[in-house]
Amino acid sequence: MKLNSPLQVYKYLPQTNCGECGDATCMAFAAHLIDRSKKLDNCPPILKDAFKKKYIELLTLLAPEIREITIGVGERAKKIGGDDVIYRHQLTFFDPTAFAYDVWDTMPENELVERVNKITNFRKFYIGKFLRVDMVAVRCVSGDAAKFAAAVKKVNETTTLPLILCSFDPAILKSGLEVVKDKNPLIYAANEKNWGEVAELALEYKVPVVLFSTDLDKLKSLALTFAEMGIKDLVLDPGTFPQGKQLKGSFERFVKLRRSGIKDAQKDIAYPIMAVPLNAWLVYKEAAAASYWETVLASVFTVRYGDIMILHSLEPYAMLPEVHLRETIYTDPRTPAKVEPGVNAVGSPTKDSPVIVTTNFALTYYTVESDLSSNKINCYLAAVDTDGIGVEAAVAGGQLTAAKINDSFKKANFDFKEKTSHSAVILPGLAARLQGDVEDATGLRVMIGPPDSGRIPGWMEKNWPPKPK
Amino acid sequence: MTKKIKLSELGSLFGGDIQALEGVKIEGDVEIDLGQMGMNPQMAYALGHETAQMAMHLMNISRILGYPVDQVFGGQQQAAAAAPKRLSKLIESKFSVGKVDEWKTPIQEVVLGATSSDGGTRKSTITLGGENALPYYFDGPMPHRNHITMDVFDMPINMAKAVKGNYEDVINSPAEWAKKVVRDFGADMVTIHLISTDPNIKDTSPAEAAKTVEEVLQAVDVPIVIGGSGNPEKDPEVLEKAAQAAEGERCILASASLNLDYARIAEAAKKYNHVVLSWTQLEINAQKELNRKLMKQCGVARENILMDPTTAALGYGLDYAYTNMERIRLAGLSGDMELNFPMSSGTTNAWGAREAWMTSSPLKEDSDWGPREYRGPIWEIITGLTLSLAGNDLFMMMHPTAVQVLKEITQTLYGSKETDPVDIDNWITAVL
Ligand code: B12
Ligand code: SF4
Repeated sequence: MKLNSPLQVYKYLPQTNCGECGDATCMAFAAHLIDRSKKLDNCPPILKDAFKKKYIELLTLLAPEIREITIGVGERAKKIGGDDVIYRHQLTFFDPTAFAYDVWDTMPENELVERVNKITNFRKFYIGKFLRVDMVAVRCVSGDAAKFAAAVKKVNETTTLPLILCSFDPAILKSGLEVVKDKNPLIYAANEKNWGEVAELALEYKVPVVLFSTDLDKLKSLALTFAEMGIKDLVLDPGTFPQGKQLKGSFERFVKLRRSGIKDAQKDIAYPIMAVPLNAWLVYKEAAAASYWETVLASVFTVRYGDIMILHSLEPYAMLPEVHLRETIYTDPRTPAKVEPGVNAVGSPTKDSPVIVTTNFALTYYTVESDLSSNKINCYLAAVDTDGIGVEAAVAGGQLTAAKINDSFKKANFDFKEKTSHSAVILPGLAARLQGDVEDATGLRVMIGPPDSGRIPGWMEKNWPPKPK
Repeated sequence: MTKKIKLSELGSLFGGDIQALEGVKIEGDVEIDLGQMGMNPQMAYALGHETAQMAMHLMNISRILGYPVDQVFGGQQQAAAAAPKRLSKLIESKFSVGKVDEWKTPIQEVVLGATSSDGGTRKSTITLGGENALPYYFDGPMPHRNHITMDVFDMPINMAKAVKGNYEDVINSPAEWAKKVVRDFGADMVTIHLISTDPNIKDTSPAEAAKTVEEVLQAVDVPIVIGGSGNPEKDPEVLEKAAQAAEGERCILASASLNLDYARIAEAAKKYNHVVLSWTQLEINAQKELNRKLMKQCGVARENILMDPTTAALGYGLDYAYTNMERIRLAGLSGDMELNFPMSSGTTNAWGAREAWMTSSPLKEDSDWGPREYRGPIWEIITGLTLSLAGNDLFMMMHPTAVQVLKEITQTLYGSKETDPVDIDNWITAVL
């Protein structure tokens, strides 16, 4: 992004403070454009003809340093690139690394379908949502265009995930493109030999394309050439070597590409970068070793600038750390993930059900909630507004206090006399030291639960309902 | 979990589930050749093509001013008008990249262990720090590789079966345990955790704890870390006695923190020639404050300070730990003399993550989590690897496989792994 203060943005806005964008003033809206929490199109007046010139100028100036590219269509279409910084604390990273898992055209059909379904349906619950994987990469192993087209067809019938069509043979790519020409697949790849024909395909089918070279001069030549031909939805693959000095070289190329794109603002090389951790399988044949090493490669390039990657292992012990690390790197450091404060019913609570207190840090809240609901514990769960801080840190930092807890029930109009038969609350074990204060502030009976919410079920067996005093 | 190790507490974290962790065998552990670890300094990066770079910048500027419509509407609305240009030859070009000017201050070098010529009994020493850039970057040499110290406890503790299976034969003898991690698992160093000194555990006396430290020093000839129990009242005294017993060995005293008598630990380090581990909790300003106090108030020399800015597990706060370390390292390289020390990570904390030890997902909506025996070590590896990229130098670890894999990748990125070249051009057609 070429602008860095709201004032600079403000100059291009209509300056009427009409409020249609949802902000009271144009200046406030400008601040949202700078931190990228709103889009220019959220301002209806600037879309009018009178502002066309300013709109176009501003759009250019607001465009992220790294080009943002869309792969696929519909609900599971995926954007990659779009970054403006080289360290996450400088703003945040945008467009989490897209994970594509491979299938190949020599697979028996039933295995292919099973594998595609596994990729499509993978999910891991984490702070209120499911972590998922994003794409299917179809590799042409057979060398046979018809076979490849048949595999692409089957994959396309089985999933709505975006596809990557993989072959260095333009004729084979074309046969695949014919099958999914309306699905905006990514094609892999143009290199020094085939670039002319692959460029033709990218133009003809209007699809994004990967450029492959382990030599950055050549990679840049390819990028300049494609851009000159009007093809700008480019992804760069500088080669992911699986081991030794070659791997160190790959690491350096990723860092150099991203630095030149963002820090040096070299627009003509500022494209999303692709890693191929699958290459771990070229050196490790045993599944556990290969899966471990693939996960290691995926992690290195999730941290350092991979925007999209092709993987092979569907082992849960590979996929779980991969999706979690991506979440780690791409979660927005500016705001802790929070849930709405309030008192929520879990299951169908009655007057005899417990009332449980926790914080509104999303990781805490959803962990507790899933522990309760998966154990079929009907209850009320209060998310106290701790500014999105977990229990222990919030007690230490003063965001979880007796007054805050009392307020939460008041604000939610939660009347213990009316809603419960016991007038008791359960505090997290890690908030035990608030017990006396909460009793004083609320007049309720305060019970102390275990330190980990996973142990609430066992604790309930011994301690619920509360014994009469 | 709290800070590094405290595996005693891990046990209670596992709670009812610990039973389920017992009696499971790891099948087909990962085999990775440790090979020879050369110490070749990283290849210096040749500065290139300044003229080309300047041309690039100029071109950029004119692009921005000239404002290309196609770029603005890119992708979605490709320029419908003009027929695309065809080229018959690739446009020649040279790639160039700038250096980072602000990295002018190298990270402090800290030597661990002392040989007989320096008044100790270690066979060799380990040097941490000295970096001139982010880890493995081409901007400046990284003089020393990452190192791993493996955990040894002064009493049997609860641990996940995947870990425990490796230590059952030595669990009652810290000396044998220490020998095993060095001999069999390639530990560069050993950490002896004196957890039994905690008044709530066994309340072992400082004098007795010091004996354990002596035993470990006799059992192995690598540098060691001396860890307390984490009890803020007891630790200063325990570490002081242990420091005395290990006089002249340049051990790491773990840890000085703001919530205990850090001055006493600093004093012991100065008197008996050890290194202080300055531990804070995910807070860059607290880290600055403690380092400053150690230097200014306690008079600890710069070459005797190491930092532990806290490690949170993958999925449980690693985002904070990663960014905290990366910011500390960047500040250090850019001249913040209160932050340019080598860093240490309690990577074992990864085992606190449910994904590392739970039998299966507590949620039926999740895809199958698969066997936990494979999940634990990779959780430890990825937690450590992520922090290694942020600038961490020393890893405190538990699982042998995790140690081997982390060594392999950090030494590869460091540049000391020689392997046969691999041709990746044909990955598309590979039969896997
Ligand atoms: C990540 C982290 C942070 C992050 C917090 C991010 C966030 N959004 O919460 C940051 C970096 C901001 C942070 C800051 C601080 N932190 Co901090 N932090 C941690 C860390 C590493 C992990 C905490 C975590 O996220 N746990 C996971 C969540 C899910 O756990 P949870 O909220 O506790 O929920 C669990 C249980 O409480 C229980 N539970 C929850 N609700 C309920 C309800 C019931 C009824 C029951 C029964 C159970 C239950 O089940 C949940 C799942 O297991 C811990 C160390 C550790 N534990 O590993 C230190 C830790 C919590 N931090 C600590 C401290 C001291 C601080 C600071 C004060 C440091 C400082 N000097 O500035 C600040 C305070 C900041 C503030 N409050 O404004 C200390 C607290 C010590 C203490 N016991 O008092 C800890 C323990 C580190 C340590 N060993 O010293 N921290
Ligand atoms: S909608 Fe546009 S013109 Fe109206 S206040 Fe918002 S930014 Fe200003």
